[in-house]
Amino acid sequence: MKIMVAVKRVVDYAVKIRVKPDKTGVETQNVKMSMNPFCEIALEEALRIRESGLASEVVAVSVGPAQCVDTLRTGLAMGADRGIHVEFKDGLNPLSVAKVLRALVEAEKPGLLILGKQAIDDDCNQTGQMLAGLLKWPQGTFASKVTLDKEKRVATVDREVDGGIETVLLDLPAVITTDLRLNQPRYATLPNIMKAKSKVIKKYTPEDLNVEIKSDLEVLQVTEPPKRKAGVVVSSVNELIDKLKNEARVI
Amino acid sequence: MGRLLSRIICVSRSRASRSRFVSPNGYSPFRDPGHVSRVSGSGFLRAPWFLGGAKSFSSETDRRESIEYDVVIVGAGPAGLSAAIRLKHLCRERDFDLSVCVVEKGPQVGAHVLSGNVFEPRALNELLPDWRNEEAPVDVPVSSDKFWYLTKDRAFALPCPFDNRGNYVISLSQLTRWMGVKAEELGVEIYPGFAAGEVLYDSNDNVVGIGTNDMGISKDGSKKETFQHGVELKGKLTLLAEGCRGSLSEKIISKYNLRGKVQAQHQTYALGIKEVWEIDENKHEPGAVLHTLGWPLDHKTYGGSFLYHMKDRQVSIGLVIALNYQNPYLNPYEEFQKFKQHPAIKSLLEGGTVIQYGARTLNEGGFQSIPYPVFPGGALVGCSAGFLNVPKIKGTHTAMKSGMLAAEAAFSVLSEGSSIEVYWDFLRQSWIWEELKKARNYRPAFEYGLLPGLAISGLEHYLFKGRLPFTLKHGKPDHEATNEAKLHTPIEYPRADGILSFDVAMSLHRSNTNHEHDQPAHLRLRDPTIPELVNLTVYAGPESRYCPARVYEYVPDAKGELKLQINAQNCLHCKACDIKDPKQNIEWTVPEGGGGPGYSVM
Repeated sequence: MKIMVAVKRVVDYAVKIRVKPDKTGVETQNVKMSMNPFCEIALEEALRIRESGLASEVVAVSVGPAQCVDTLRTGLAMGADRGIHVEFKDGLNPLSVAKVLRALVEAEKPGLLILGKQAIDDDCNQTGQMLAGLLKWPQGTFASKVTLDKEKRVATVDREVDGGIETVLLDLPAVITTDLRLNQPRYATLPNIMKAKSKVIKKYTPEDLNVEIKSDLEVLQVTEPPKRKAGVVVSSVNELIDKLKNEARVI
Repeated sequence: MGRLLSRIICVSRSRASRSRFVSPNGYSPFRDPGHVSRVSGSGFLRAPWFLGGAKSFSSETDRRESIEYDVVIVGAGPAGLSAAIRLKHLCRERDFDLSVCVVEKGPQVGAHVLSGNVFEPRALNELLPDWRNEEAPVDVPVSSDKFWYLTKDRAFALPCPFDNRGNYVISLSQLTRWMGVKAEELGVEIYPGFAAGEVLYDSNDNVVGIGTNDMGISKDGSKKETFQHGVELKGKLTLLAEGCRGSLSEKIISKYNLRGKVQAQHQTYALGIKEVWEIDENKHEPGAVLHTLGWPLDHKTYGGSFLYHMKDRQVSIGLVIALNYQNPYLNPYEEFQKFKQHPAIKSLLEGGTVIQYGARTLNEGGFQSIPYPVFPGGALVGCSAGFLNVPKIKGTHTAMKSGMLAAEAAFSVLSEGSSIEVYWDFLRQSWIWEELKKARNYRPAFEYGLLPGLAISGLEHYLFKGRLPFTLKHGKPDHEATNEAKLHTPIEYPRADGILSFDVAMSLHRSNTNHEHDQPAHLRLRDPTIPELVNLTVYAGPESRYCPARVYEYVPDAKGELKLQINAQNCLHCKACDIKDPKQNIEWTVPEGGGGPGYSVM
């Protein structure tokens, strides 16, 4: 069985981000970029499934600008067998990425798709779900544990939900999105980084896949959240009610 | 056709018993007397090998992979990358290929590079003459050059001792990143995120390469689920380009007595603390350069500030304090925050925002402190040796040139069989030597105080220009210069206002610094009792003040007694503690690769 893992190149989690002076977005020039942490977890899970003998190949996919190749190389260094890069400069959104991935699924025919639950730059938490919808495949999102049964061709997924843990049984092929507690991703070792240079990364454009990237949303402005104002200490209940009524106007 | 030397990947199988067993690939693990332990530097509290150490990794180190290169370079900074680029140029010119590998402890090239920086392009012109057409981030020429003496409320313009015509205001972190791209285009292999934790020796005590740290070791020394062995990067030649007070470089200097060999003096240092601000458009003058002396520092403390206007409304501002300061209550970080409140400085920063913060030590020893930079199997380049021109306050051009000269020496070693010692000859015949010799008497003159120092510097600058027949000596080593706390009174520093001045936590957040928290502390105490017995009682815990990252804190324990707490995760890799600790009890070792600050515009 082949597993396909989608990985995204995002601003590194340790970087203090700031909004561009023209308010069109976040400053990404000269800023360190890395693989989205949830995508690392997704890749790690795929590698463990392959190492346990339940899968034969792990393919890493990334959609984005030319530098995504660096992210794919990290994925290859972690252990993915080959990479696919769909090059697109700017203006991606979850639905477009899901459509691209659907086209790749039709070409590659994987038995399992693993994605990170969300990217740390836009926090959308949409791509995995939309992809499952487009493919009409079952989905197990926010996975904190994944167990495959190859014979019965099902996957048991523990999902982290608000009320606790929900366990679902999915027929394969399926889409799984990973949550933080699923695993600890491995380090890419130096020898593996060196070996990864010779692994293949296939390039596509969205046109090759007959996908049109368009967005129905337009970003008007990006601003920092307002600075938290200092609180006020009130001296009596009456003063509190007065403030709530006349200043905050909530009662 | 060039002769391609292939890399051999092999697994070394030395059995690490405590006997004098010599492994098949020729080196004996336990011969070295300089505590360069065969067991990789990350892991556990330093204990002599014969006591077994706290946790035993000895049996595991033999399964490290070994990868061979012609030249291994530690540090992807300006010096290391200049060496790599020059090597590849020579390979192309002479049709003789060499494999070059650069390891870098930072998460990406440039992440650990911090500098003022007013850049003299002399070495860049020699290394990459076409840099102007290749989008090098060197594009803000110096437009004005001011020099002020500050008192608490006023600023007095002094004649400017610098000549920055033809120089540029840059971000060295950006330039280094650009150089990294150029190096990779030439075929240099650069591996950020890998920390060189130890030097590898053969049975004749020659350096044969470096070992990267094991990764995935938890705080107590045990292996985590993600544990990975480090690797051995073997090089026919190893160049150490770790910057000021490099951890491996210091071990090498001491092991081979490299300063004694040429009767060099000890190295002296300063700590630079820097912020990059984005200021109001109408206050911004690209290329404006300002240096100040005087307030907030007193006449016994050597140091000063810098303020350089880059492009895009960004300015670099910082305070540099020599680490031979005497008052143990001095807090360089707080002095910097105080400095920004000066009326002349404040007016520039008001309305602006801080983008990044960082700190790094720099060499001030100059000519007198240059060690013999060659050791069996390699050489020291850049600030690891120490080529900073103190009166010019520039070290990048000489660091780059030294990298280029080391590359030329290395090339002749590997292609013609000469000895690496020709590097020393190349250095002494180069403009580095001439320049540093001329600049040698400025800094030591300040041993006599600020005014005598300025007077002697004035004479040197206008009259003697380095031609005096004698060389002034440095004072005591920095760590010995600290007075006992009882001779001074604590300094009251103003609280951070959150607009111009900030507390350390806020600043640290802006340095993008991070380390995997579950790893052994990389700051080692040679004797764990000394902090409370000596540092605290005699010197009032100076490390809790000079560290610009609040790594060291004295906190009361359950019994109410003050104990040293090491917040290693905050570390900015500046090396101030390694330099300034009075009993030299703190040893900075390299943590797991990929950690540390994330500078991008510093």
